[in-house]
Amino acid sequence: MAAALQYPANVSSFNSYNDLFPDWTQKEVSTGTTIMAVEFDGGVVMGADSRTTTGAYIANRVTDKLTPIHDRIFCCRSGSAADTQAIADAVTYQLGFHSIELDEAPLVQTAASLFRDMCYRYREELMAGIIVAGWDKRRGGQVYTVPVGGMMSRQPVSVGGSGSSYIYGYVDSNYKAEMSKEECLKFTAGALALAMERDGSSGGVVRLAVITEQGVERQVILGNQLPQFSTV
Amino acid sequence: MATVSVCQYHPGGFSFENCKRNALLEADITKLGFSSPAARKTGTTICGVVYKDGVVLGADTRATEGMVVADKNCSKIHYISPNIYCCGAGTAADTEMTTQIISSNLELHALSTGRLPRVATANRMLKQMLFRYQGYIGAALVLGGVDCAGPHLYSIYPHGSTDKLPYVTMGSGSLAAMAVFEDRYRPNMEEEEAKHLVRDAIAAGIFNDLGSGSNIDLCVITKGKVDYLRPHDVANKKGVRTGSYRYKHGTTGVLTKVVIPLNLEVVEESVHTMDTS
Repeated sequence: MAAALQYPANVSSFNSYNDLFPDWTQKEVSTGTTIMAVEFDGGVVMGADSRTTTGAYIANRVTDKLTPIHDRIFCCRSGSAADTQAIADAVTYQLGFHSIELDEAPLVQTAASLFRDMCYRYREELMAGIIVAGWDKRRGGQVYTVPVGGMMSRQPVSVGGSGSSYIYGYVDSNYKAEMSKEECLKFTAGALALAMERDGSSGGVVRLAVITEQGVERQVILGNQLPQFSTV
Repeated sequence: MATVSVCQYHPGGFSFENCKRNALLEADITKLGFSSPAARKTGTTICGVVYKDGVVLGADTRATEGMVVADKNCSKIHYISPNIYCCGAGTAADTEMTTQIISSNLELHALSTGRLPRVATANRMLKQMLFRYQGYIGAALVLGGVDCAGPHLYSIYPHGSTDKLPYVTMGSGSLAAMAVFEDRYRPNMEEEEAKHLVRDAIAAGIFNDLGSGSNIDLCVITKGKVDYLRPHDVANKKGVRTGSYRYKHGTTGVLTKVVIPLNLEVVEESVHTMDTS
């Protein structure tokens, strides 16, 4: 990785030379992250926090981790920022080409498969946890998770990123099948708010996207408008 | 992906032939008590801001080699195209060569498309190249410019991730500069206000970060015009000595003088005429 920026191991921690280049200038940029996607009848709701970190410094506090792959297909990115951006760009190109060849809108499963192929083939080199979600004519709203390692699995609700560990309990207990769009939005915002509260690598604003047959609606929930759960 | 450029992709990437030899040399040098020369880095504070009519890019001018200042007035704002400039932090050679390569490819691309290049194109080219080298090219860049779609500003990290933002800072002094931005940035500033803000952000880096110093360079890019202000602000003038410290002839008394003549013989004399026509 940062081989050119290594310092000899015998340098003491009080050496001022190290202070010239604080550790976050040598750490890779990572989207610490909490990401989430939920299926409902007629579409999907996707959400993400907005924090990108290099070590302990927040490189971007308003990141958009919900990346469009096609008109009705988005992906949530977690892991290395460089890796996920490069993968998303490559899949966007491949899916666009495929869609033109097909002369119709691509399937969400196709997009997820493209992500899976890339993430599995280069699993040793990549650090990417991706949730692919969208709407297509054949199966309606779908969420596919492609975690680190390159597995692909369709799930009605999926969470990812470092902050996801803190909200598995909330998600498992509060998810109900057949929720409406508004209920899904409230559920997602609540889960993300809880994760951002507890995970140091997640924070900033909550970005939400709703994908349906009609199109994509995006919203932002600012820090002071997040749902409150306790006054502790 | 086909990029319309003549620059050929070299198969094999980095050549690691000399690594073993270098490792042996390193060990030998360390045994003798010396240290091998460090890569020249631009410790650096660089930043950029989007304002009403365009972008303002700023940079300090100190280049360091370890703990020594190698260049007191280096230029960190590199030309990419007539409407796009790029500040570089990290390894000086990497930022210099990366920006030159992309500048060259972008010029060919512009000739091929017949259009003024877009900032997003330069961003794509830079991020794809840096990702290909997996972070081994230590170039952290602030890319800014104005194209047909308005003013744009990107920060590009050595591993190939990019962020498109209204204000960005990079380099060892980026925290100091970001503190100034977070306090005083407003959207749609006027040109003078934006220049003043960038100047203050770089000054914060210069005076609070050891890796940054000397002067402040600015580059103001608007639609159809670029002001490359180098230097915009000489923040660190070299001190002027108040007196002369030369000693007069005869200050030191000469006690003894020994002259040894060296008798040299001319062994061979040859004349080469130089063609100076």
